Amino acid sequence: MICRWVFIAEGRLKGRDLVSIKDLTREDFEQIFHIAEKMKKEGYSKNLKDKIIGLLFYEPSTRTRLSFDAAARLLGAETIWFAGVEGTSVMKGETLKDTIETVANYVDLIVLRHPCDGAARWAADVTTNRMKRGHKKVPVINAGDGKNEHPTQTILDLFTIKERKGRIDGLCIAIIGDLKYGRTVHSLIYALSLYDCDIILVAPEALQIPEHIEEFMKRKNMRYEKRSKLEEIISIADILYVTRIQKERFPDENEYNKVKGIFRLNKELLSKAKSDACIMHPLPRVDEISTDVDSDYRACYFEQAANGIPIRAAIMSLILGMI
Amino acid sequence: MSMEKGLIVRLIENGTVIDHIPPGKGIIIAEMLNLFNQDSVVIIGQNLESTKYGRKDIIKVENRFLKSEEYNKIALIAPNATVNIIENYEIKEKKKVTIPNVIEDVALCINANCISNREPIPSKLYLINRNPLKLVCHYCGYECNEKNIRLKA
Repeated sequence: MICRWVFIAEGRLKGRDLVSIKDLTREDFEQIFHIAEKMKKEGYSKNLKDKIIGLLFYEPSTRTRLSFDAAARLLGAETIWFAGVEGTSVMKGETLKDTIETVANYVDLIVLRHPCDGAARWAADVTTNRMKRGHKKVPVINAGDGKNEHPTQTILDLFTIKERKGRIDGLCIAIIGDLKYGRTVHSLIYALSLYDCDIILVAPEALQIPEHIEEFMKRKNMRYEKRSKLEEIISIADILYVTRIQKERFPDENEYNKVKGIFRLNKELLSKAKSDACIMHPLPRVDEISTDVDSDYRACYFEQAANGIPIRAAIMSLILGMI
Repeated sequence: MSMEKGLIVRLIENGTVIDHIPPGKGIIIAEMLNLFNQDSVVIIGQNLESTKYGRKDIIKVENRFLKSEEYNKIALIAPNATVNIIENYEIKEKKKVTIPNVIEDVALCINANCISNREPIPSKLYLINRNPLKLVCHYCGYECNEKNIRLKA
């Protein structure tokens, strides 16, 4: 039975890039969850010994970078990294392509965070083209590309929901805040297209989901509705997925000032939520969840942050075929 | 030569005739193909009668033949256009433009923050719907249509 599992797991993700959540199936999620759960319960083996992971973070990060780093170390891998482009040749004008071409010589796996949408797909193309020239394929994991996607965050979000609720199907999931620029929201919506859920998109008109994502939802026949007030939906949602207004992605600060602080989930408002609701947030938060919610048993955003390690450990192990 | 019958513009000896262009798009296509910055004679007919489409534009350009990527560009603006290659006043070849399933380095992604607009890399769009036109960016997943499509200069 174990051998059969290993065979299936290797067949699906080994050697592949993880650029978009749309590249994955429900079965892929289940495999990652299964391995993450096992690692969480039984501990981490040094299955990535002698591997080097490159963590290329062009943008600020706390949880994603540190949990990838910690997960790699727990699995026995070494990491090389930069956090911010200060001190790298990017400051001298080096293109992403040239950086990837270079780093691919040094590492077995690249984890990339970049401010441009689609940067991870381009990086994956660069290492694939390199493979066609006779080099080994260096898989690329998207750790957030601009306002586009953040697939590993979504996988740990789904894992946390499953741990808490025992299922994803049949839930009413309210996604609240910056749906326009929030990449975790975009990946979450793509992933939920594989499940039978009711989705409520809660945002002011200016921050509602981009047109191309709404088109995707329509094509996939997803059940969703748009709302602008948190108070209207708080009592019906099983999951309250709150997101930060992405100040850094607004082209105009005046536009940001119009919407900042528009949602604030506090203990008083939370009293109207379901008794078994889950309060989630990809973090960092600013003021959209007040700190008096932290001690509520329904708050699970620090569980999400903790699940970054087993989920990212499982993903790296599967991609490197070391399960 | 029946297609030339009754036209108020003269025949060309050698060159290209782009026919069945939607009305008003002739100038856009001529600019896109950079026809005005060349020495060739360029004749643009606007709002001509068309038995197939009611009205149409037409472009005739002397001593100029199209490259394959130019056919793709025309198809994105005028999906029903036909391109006639003229030699010695005769139609040597008649081609219908088609939008390929993968459009590389012809149309630009409409997302200003897409990596393809920020770094020197070839754009790549996939055709997801022919009519109405809908394309999706290989890199960032943004979709564009016939109204907001941006063609590479």
